[in-house]
Amino acid sequence: MKKWLIYSVLCICLSCSNEPTDADTDAYVPTPSPLEIPELFENLIIAPVLPIDNPQTVEGIALGKKLFFDPILSADNTQACASCHAPQNAFTDSTRFSIGIDGIAGNRNSMPLFNMAWNYDELFFWDGRAFSLEHQAIEPVTNPIEMHNTWDVVVSRLQQNDEYPQLFEAAFGDQTITKELATKAIAQFERTLISANSKFDRYLLGDATLTQQEQNGLNVFMDENRGDCFHCHGNPNNPLWTDNIFHNNGLDATFSDLGLGEVSGDPADNGKFKSPSLRNLAFSAPYMHDGRFNTLDEVINHYSEGLVDSPTIDPLMKKVDEGGVHLTPQDKSDLKAFLLSLSDPSFINNPDFQN
Amino acid sequence: MKKIFALLFFCFVLISCKNDDDNIDCCSQPIVTDVTFTFSHNWEDTEVTENDFNTMQYINANGEVLTIARIRYLLSRFELVNTNGESFPLTGYKLIDLSNPESFTFNTTISDGTLYPGLYTLKFVYGFNEEDNIDGAYPDLNSASWNWPAMLGGGYHFLQFDGMYNVDTTSSPFNYHNGTARISDGNYEQNFVSFEFFPEVEINYNTTIEIKMDISEFFKNPITWDLNQYNTPLMPNYDAQKMMQQNVGSVFSIGQITQE
Repeated sequence: MKKWLIYSVLCICLSCSNEPTDADTDAYVPTPSPLEIPELFENLIIAPVLPIDNPQTVEGIALGKKLFFDPILSADNTQACASCHAPQNAFTDSTRFSIGIDGIAGNRNSMPLFNMAWNYDELFFWDGRAFSLEHQAIEPVTNPIEMHNTWDVVVSRLQQNDEYPQLFEAAFGDQTITKELATKAIAQFERTLISANSKFDRYLLGDATLTQQEQNGLNVFMDENRGDCFHCHGNPNNPLWTDNIFHNNGLDATFSDLGLGEVSGDPADNGKFKSPSLRNLAFSAPYMHDGRFNTLDEVINHYSEGLVDSPTIDPLMKKVDEGGVHLTPQDKSDLKAFLLSLSDPSFINNPDFQN
Repeated sequence: MKKIFALLFFCFVLISCKNDDDNIDCCSQPIVTDVTFTFSHNWEDTEVTENDFNTMQYINANGEVLTIARIRYLLSRFELVNTNGESFPLTGYKLIDLSNPESFTFNTTISDGTLYPGLYTLKFVYGFNEEDNIDGAYPDLNSASWNWPAMLGGGYHFLQFDGMYNVDTTSSPFNYHNGTARISDGNYEQNFVSFEFFPEVEINYNTTIEIKMDISEFFKNPITWDLNQYNTPLMPNYDAQKMMQQNVGSVFSIGQITQE
């Protein structure tokens, strides 16, 4: 009877134990580096999307940054992510179409990169074909008109490199390199590319004053009778300045590039592309998915007089039968001044984002 | 002694195995903690889904042929009132987007009071009332770009209904957007609609109530809406805003109520 009682008590004690095992305590944990959420974002919009299987860490971000700027990813070791996503251009390309390693041009302007953790639907590229930042980072390496490489080659090169195995071990606790870990690291770095210090941001925080022209431009932006920009491009309470949704904004009557329609297979999506953020327009020319407009004036003129009807045009493109709402020259000038107040020089000059 | 020790041991085991969920007063009536709403959408008797957008043609009461591109709407202040007139508010508000079927379900809890199974009158508010319609106050709605311009009184949209009309002839956009009505600069008028449904609905422990939207009613009752006159822009148009408020009154009804 006594033995039976002793065994029972031991069993209960063991089953109630929550103590970590040796294996648990030995597991390597890189240094957490939580995303620094800007005050304005914290106050106004919901939390960023951070995958639980890829937490931000000091070592992961550092590795991602090194990979982002390293031409080792391309087949001939000539192009890095940063070649088409340059910091001084708000991480886009100043040329209309980026030229890949074989001298072949793409058919879209590279997207600027910032505030991507707040893309709540996690659909990336102009046509939304990649779900999650990690998956997005896979494609440019293998795209035949971009880096034109294979991930097998990239992984092999990284594995044989003098530095990378140690950096992967520091970031993920494993010297064995995979494309999944490489893109996780790149995604961690990209999530740190946060822009929230424009003049207009500081105005919202009470630290700056808008000029009369900028204030007038905000009114044009928010006026359904005039600019009506806010339905797709945010507003002072949504400082992302994009809805991250896909629209046909009246660029063409027929489509050589189907955009979202190519991805979904639904003809109703033909000619739809993701609304880009209006932040950092001062640095991110040319504009539109195909970079057809070199200046902000051209963009404003498009919405004012240049709208073209098509079967999938978004009904938010008002007065399309008249080409647009026909803003006055003063309204156009004011709108441009306001839009430029959304640019953030501290973002493109942030030393953490430079090679 | 052995028997006493063994008895004490079994008491210990029994106590340590006691589940917190067992801690229910067996003599009191269980209370209702939450209610689920589902939202369905139709044009008269025809169901409308995102798959119908941009392609399916509908004829409104004024005879215009139209297609739908986008519908989002906000409901708030869900409330149950018992036969003694006691009110039981439900938590939160709901933005429904016809492009996102996940938004068609809203499970909400009783925010105040003890609610027992029985017959209740259902109330809710279309949009936000003046107390709730606080500019920029709701991060989820800000993130959905659901804001209503400050120059029109601020706060939030109640409805965003976009489409094309006269699609059989010269197709043109309409933007049937509803929110606070601007009388003049700096002078605004609330524009929400309070709904109260009769007869009472039976509320039990797992009740789901279907809220039906008949989209055709936006153009029909009591005002026959002429899209040739009122198409876009309508947000700054006081008359259009107040006409929308009137027509919303017949848009919503209660559908199926299930107890599962």
